[in-house]
Amino acid sequence: MKVDQSLPLEYSTEQNKNNILGFWVFLGAEIMLFGTLFAAYFVLADRTGSGPTGVEIFQITPVLIETFILLTSSFTIGLGINAMRKGNLKAMITFYVITLLLGLSFLGVEIYEFVHYAHIGAAITVSAFTSTLLTTLGTHGAHVTFGLVWGILIVYQLIKRGLTPETANKSFIFSLYWHFLDVVWIFIFSFVYLKGMI
Amino acid sequence: MDYFERFAIPHPSPAIYASMVAIGFTVIALIFVLTYFKLWGYLWREWLTTVDHKKIGIMYLISAIVMLFRGGADAIMMRAQMAVPNNTLLDAQHYNEIFTTHGTVMIIFMAMPFIMAFMNFIVPLQIGARDVAFPRLNALSFWLFFMGAMLLNISFVIGGSPDAGWTNYFPLADNEFSPSVGTNYYLFALQISGLGTLMTGINMIVTILRMRAPGMTLMKMPMFTWSAFIANVIIVFAFPVLTVALTMGTFDRLFATKFFTTTDGGMDMLWANFFWVWGHPEVYILILPAFGIYSEIISTFSKRNLYGYKSMVGSMVIISFLSFLVWTHHFFTMGQGALTNSIFSITTMAIAVPTGVKIFNWLFTLWKGNIEFTTPMLYSMLFIPTFTIGGVTGVMLGMSAADYQYHNTMFLVAHFHMVIIPGVVFAMLAGLHYYWPKMFGFMLNEKIGKITAWVIAIGTLLTFMPMFFSGLDGQARRMYTYTESTGFGIWNMISFIGAIGFTIGFMLIVYNVYYSIRYSPRNIGMDPWDARTLEWATPNPVPFYNFAKQPHVNSVETFWDSKNNGHELFPEPYEDIHMPSNSGMPFILACIFFAWGFSFVFSMWIPAILSTIGIFICMALRSLEKDPGYYVTVKEIKETEKKLRGVQ
Ligand code: HEM
Ligand SMILES: [Cu+2]
Repeated sequence: MKVDQSLPLEYSTEQNKNNILGFWVFLGAEIMLFGTLFAAYFVLADRTGSGPTGVEIFQITPVLIETFILLTSSFTIGLGINAMRKGNLKAMITFYVITLLLGLSFLGVEIYEFVHYAHIGAAITVSAFTSTLLTTLGTHGAHVTFGLVWGILIVYQLIKRGLTPETANKSFIFSLYWHFLDVVWIFIFSFVYLKGMI
Repeated sequence: MDYFERFAIPHPSPAIYASMVAIGFTVIALIFVLTYFKLWGYLWREWLTTVDHKKIGIMYLISAIVMLFRGGADAIMMRAQMAVPNNTLLDAQHYNEIFTTHGTVMIIFMAMPFIMAFMNFIVPLQIGARDVAFPRLNALSFWLFFMGAMLLNISFVIGGSPDAGWTNYFPLADNEFSPSVGTNYYLFALQISGLGTLMTGINMIVTILRMRAPGMTLMKMPMFTWSAFIANVIIVFAFPVLTVALTMGTFDRLFATKFFTTTDGGMDMLWANFFWVWGHPEVYILILPAFGIYSEIISTFSKRNLYGYKSMVGSMVIISFLSFLVWTHHFFTMGQGALTNSIFSITTMAIAVPTGVKIFNWLFTLWKGNIEFTTPMLYSMLFIPTFTIGGVTGVMLGMSAADYQYHNTMFLVAHFHMVIIPGVVFAMLAGLHYYWPKMFGFMLNEKIGKITAWVIAIGTLLTFMPMFFSGLDGQARRMYTYTESTGFGIWNMISFIGAIGFTIGFMLIVYNVYYSIRYSPRNIGMDPWDARTLEWATPNPVPFYNFAKQPHVNSVETFWDSKNNGHELFPEPYEDIHMPSNSGMPFILACIFFAWGFSFVFSMWIPAILSTIGIFICMALRSLEKDPGYYVTVKEIKETEKKLRGVQ
């Protein structure tokens, strides 16, 4: 394996560069995926049948908590990458663990939110609106869950193997993924919740 | 026993029971042959665990041909049923099932893997790479496609075929109107193979962007590589739409959500929109690589460079962009206003312009060329006029006001067959003959090949031209019979005769393969066609590491230049080659995906959960695994090359 010392570790081999480009292309596909979900949401948002409307079910507090937690986690993983660039493995692992913990608490609040919806008669089967709302949120939530498991595996490898071109590459790609989920959430926050509450 | 009741077929017939028995016997025979000749180890080591792009390409090719026969059997049954008025060979339900699986198999499981076969085999060779960017992901793509295909293909003997058309429109496809599990099969088969396709898309884009030989700038890429690149960009943007649509359809059927229902706010037209937002780009995913193959062949056998290289690339970029802006033309009659229809009419007709540019470029390449009529060239020459008929009728359909007359008639059916068969199928057959020596080290017989090309071309015209007329006369598509007084009888009889011609054509291909395996000479050298691009700079068949030395590229036709203009293709010394290791993981993971799909099709929740967990465990193992690959030493390379070329 040829290692190019002049580049950051995560870009240092050809395979690493391939991986990063490949992941960007994958994120392009993810944008289409969420774009389609949003399109469906815009079409179906007012088609509530005999079920509740957005104004009736959205609560601002959990949503604000979720937003705050997720934005913070995007910041901490950025710090993690910064530590990685400096070669400070310990700080990097700490920031990654904090990120994952924040992700976990986000998920906790989101699960609370879903249970709440089911309680007040907005389960996924009620109307086109609830179906598309919960599918969009659920897809994002499933991505976060996936990210949590993936993140744990990466932290484990960082502890076991230290900073190598491979682990750096994986950690960097994971950070791209995490930032992406944050961006999606910002769209959800603006176009699902804020738009739905007014 | 109750538990197994669900696997029964809701609408059986003797033919289905006979196929069941036939499938059972084939499986037993296969197992017997593999065991008797002790081939299990070979199969596992050389094929099931391979990550070699060339072997994966060949597996795609074999699957595509098998699926061609499956889809072809459907086709001949439909044509036989329609051949005479009031025929009772098939009843309405069976006819529904057959046209549904015919369409699905042909587009998703025949045309797609055929394209994938050539993209996998040729693109890395054309750009001078050792493999694709992610070899193991490539194997996973193939196996996901394969398992998706298997899932759809067992539907007719276990639980019942899908019957809502390959377009699977809701509400027809919901539980009320399609109560059997058939539509679940459709949804999961497409979902699983679609995942594989998306992965190929990513893989190919990275391969083409990052692994080209030194000197090959983007504008020096061979045209097939360009077309593959654009097609894969379309894949990455179109397939997620299908993923979402299929998920929503699945949720509606299995979990009673209300996306496409007619009650509780659901909107059935949303499915139609999503389906075609994917579906129209999909037809361009198929046709662009086919165009790429024609470009290679036409330039090789005109003995000159491709006319208008830049405009070829430009037109493909424009096509890829426009292909996302026309989807509404598939349902002009389904309720949007005149303004919307007009806009989409214009975008639709606009696509004919870049397509026309390509046609003229091929014609200008032929102009003053030194034309040699080999089998691949013959297919290409038959393609141009027949495809043009399909294209022109497409423009007719694209005029929304006129489409009220044509929509859902046999005229439409004739249109898309006249574009897909000359456009895609002829290209694949041309590519098959052209690249056969590259893949297997000997040529297919030219004489049989040319006869076959004519038989298939005449078969195409005989089968599909009559549909234009009966369609204009008002024969609706997807109707299982008609009365004598309609006067459609004669047209459908001609179609049936054409379909028999087709069948003979495909038999001839099989015969040609058999004949050539037995009688074709094996010492064909490197360059049997006097070709122009880099893939021909390797021995036939290609060694597993592709290029012994790193090639250097100076132009679009670098191999031609190395033969005729003194370009030095391999200026570098031998070096150790890094290769990826084999892995059984892609195959195993895809098998779990099969179990996953199957469990969901029948709403068997415990196996469904277990297989979901299995999928994640496989992914976790992959994440933890170290996969450094291995090196082929200079000594081994030299020995292999000596054996293959007889020289240093
Ligand atoms: C000149 C370019 C083309 C134009 C203007 C065009 C136009 C159209 C229109 C307007 C329809 C819908 C008609 C209706 O439902 O009433 C249609 C259907 C279709 N076209 Fe084309 N088309 C073109 C090229 C192609 C190509 C290159 C392919 C495939 C390789 C293709 C495949 C299909 C298919 C599969 C359908 C319909 C399938 C179905 O409804 O089951 N078309 N085309
Ligand atoms: Cu279309």
